Amino acid sequence: MNAFLNWIEERIPMMRVANMHAIQYPAPRNMNFWYVFGFLATIVLVNQIVTGIWLTMNFNPTAEGAFFSVEYIMREIDFGWVIRYMHSTGASAFFIVVYAHMFRGMIYGSYQKPRELLWVFGMFIYLALMAEAFMGYVLPWGQMSYWGAQVIVSLFSAIPVIGPDLVIWIQGDYVISGATLNRFFALHVIALPLVIVILVFLHIIALHEVGSNNPDGVAIKHKKGSLPESEKTKYEIHEYYTSKYDIADDVVPFFPHIVLKDLVAFCIFLFVFCYIMFFAPEMGGKFLEHPNFEIANQLKTPEHIFPVWYFTPFYAILKAIPDKLFGVIAMFGAIAALFALPWVDRGRVKSWRYRCGLHKVNLLLFAAVFVFLGYLGGTPQENWKIIASQIATVLYFGFFVALFLYSKNERTKPVPARIPK
Amino acid sequence: MSNVSVDAKDSALNGSQPDNNNRRRFLTVATSVVGAVGVVGAAVPFVTSWNPSAKAKAAGADVEVDISAIEPGQLIRVMWRSKPVWIVRRTPEILEELATHEDHLRDPNSEAEQQPTFAKNRYRSLKEEYLILVGICTHLGCSPQYLKDGAFEEAVEGVPNGFFCPCHGSKFDMAGRVFQSVPAPLNLVVPPYQFVDDTTVIIGSEAEAV
Repeated sequence: MNAFLNWIEERIPMMRVANMHAIQYPAPRNMNFWYVFGFLATIVLVNQIVTGIWLTMNFNPTAEGAFFSVEYIMREIDFGWVIRYMHSTGASAFFIVVYAHMFRGMIYGSYQKPRELLWVFGMFIYLALMAEAFMGYVLPWGQMSYWGAQVIVSLFSAIPVIGPDLVIWIQGDYVISGATLNRFFALHVIALPLVIVILVFLHIIALHEVGSNNPDGVAIKHKKGSLPESEKTKYEIHEYYTSKYDIADDVVPFFPHIVLKDLVAFCIFLFVFCYIMFFAPEMGGKFLEHPNFEIANQLKTPEHIFPVWYFTPFYAILKAIPDKLFGVIAMFGAIAALFALPWVDRGRVKSWRYRCGLHKVNLLLFAAVFVFLGYLGGTPQENWKIIASQIATVLYFGFFVALFLYSKNERTKPVPARIPK
Repeated sequence: MSNVSVDAKDSALNGSQPDNNNRRRFLTVATSVVGAVGVVGAAVPFVTSWNPSAKAKAAGADVEVDISAIEPGQLIRVMWRSKPVWIVRRTPEILEELATHEDHLRDPNSEAEQQPTFAKNRYRSLKEEYLILVGICTHLGCSPQYLKDGAFEEAVEGVPNGFFCPCHGSKFDMAGRVFQSVPAPLNLVVPPYQFVDDTTVIIGSEAEAV
């Protein structure tokens, strides 16, 4: 057996890669529950790919057939409803874990030097995920699919000069039509999943190059020769890391310590996921909106058009600004600001545990504003909401402005040299 | 012997180096440029295949309408991009009436971009006499009714002609401008159109600016 494994290893480095990137990867031992969401996101990605492949086996990507093929999957394929609800619930679950994952990065400063590109790759995954989710939502060809697509695609018409032609090019027709549906299907099942998988690969490679951050924001890798033997880790860590750095005894190997912790989180996640999938797959119209149970009708706009919940914060920003072009700019600017976070934050201290009180307030306020914007963008327009969403938009961008200003000369607490026992 | 070999090495490595470098740089740049042109060329079919297909273009093509037979006050309907388009021949009385109720309108000056720029006027048309509109209510997409010769007075007092949407009661005047306190938020859409001659109109495209 060993001889056979060696024979393989000499030809393709399976064990070396597994040891380097999973089994003997040095993980800070103070990683808390916030650190499970990356793992969960990977699980959900696998779920989306597997259930997605099964859905394509019966889905019909035409304006005439799409809606009924989804009904067919739901009613006439054995367990088709399970597979479809795993996919639709998975889409929302994906954003829940990704938002948690991003907020983790924000509170512990995981985007700061040297993890800027790690953060940027993560943001690209988020961007690709939004495109993937949007196009996926168009496929069932219900009323909200159609009119949601109408609203989102017409955002591009706000671009000066080329806007209207660009919209026709994207749609492949003068209106959202079967041509649009068919190309969104191609992008949703082939192009974007490939992009996402490649980006996830790059995200992990970048992570393992710079190493995992932790809730204290304390480095676990030290300059070669700077640590006495007694302070180096006793665990077996892959030589890729130990040959370049002294690894402090602040780490545990990824397997089994982190994997087991992640599996506990996975079990809890499955409880929640399955509960929603079996008992509330529509989540009161938040995960699957009620107008989408009616087939797309070009001549009848639903009374209220909302995107699915994970887009509503940005939709609220779009609606808050009375000018179409500036609304679109503000909406994309809200995402661009997140991309720029590693350079907006001029602080040297990573974790909010050691940063000023204002930083904590700023982060919590940002999270609250984001949720509030989500509420505003996902409920019918009322007069008070216009001014409320304008204030919330200012506060959203205010987070970045404030962070840029106070992070330069921030009064921070002393950061310990090693992870506190 | 060893001397010779050192000399040979020198000339191979250094002797002709400057020449070779220029040549190499030129070849690298030239190859890259040719390669880039190839990539752009190869991208053309992929990008242009996203344009509307011939079938979609045919279905979305401009519609030519003969308007010579429309009586004053009459409305005809034509289909354009699977939407109903109205053509109304307005009488001078109807045109006069447009100025009388502007303070009851949401957007009397057509500030919202619901029309091509040529129709941003009181009559929302190219020629005052002919009103051309997409006959779909801006509220929820029903098609409003044309009420004429005083029939519209029931909807808005003092305005004899107009459009009334039976679905949710939205009201529009004879330029497709929406009245206040109705569900529809915007004026009716004016499609792009142009006159080829006095009696023929093409719906779907504007005349090129001269």
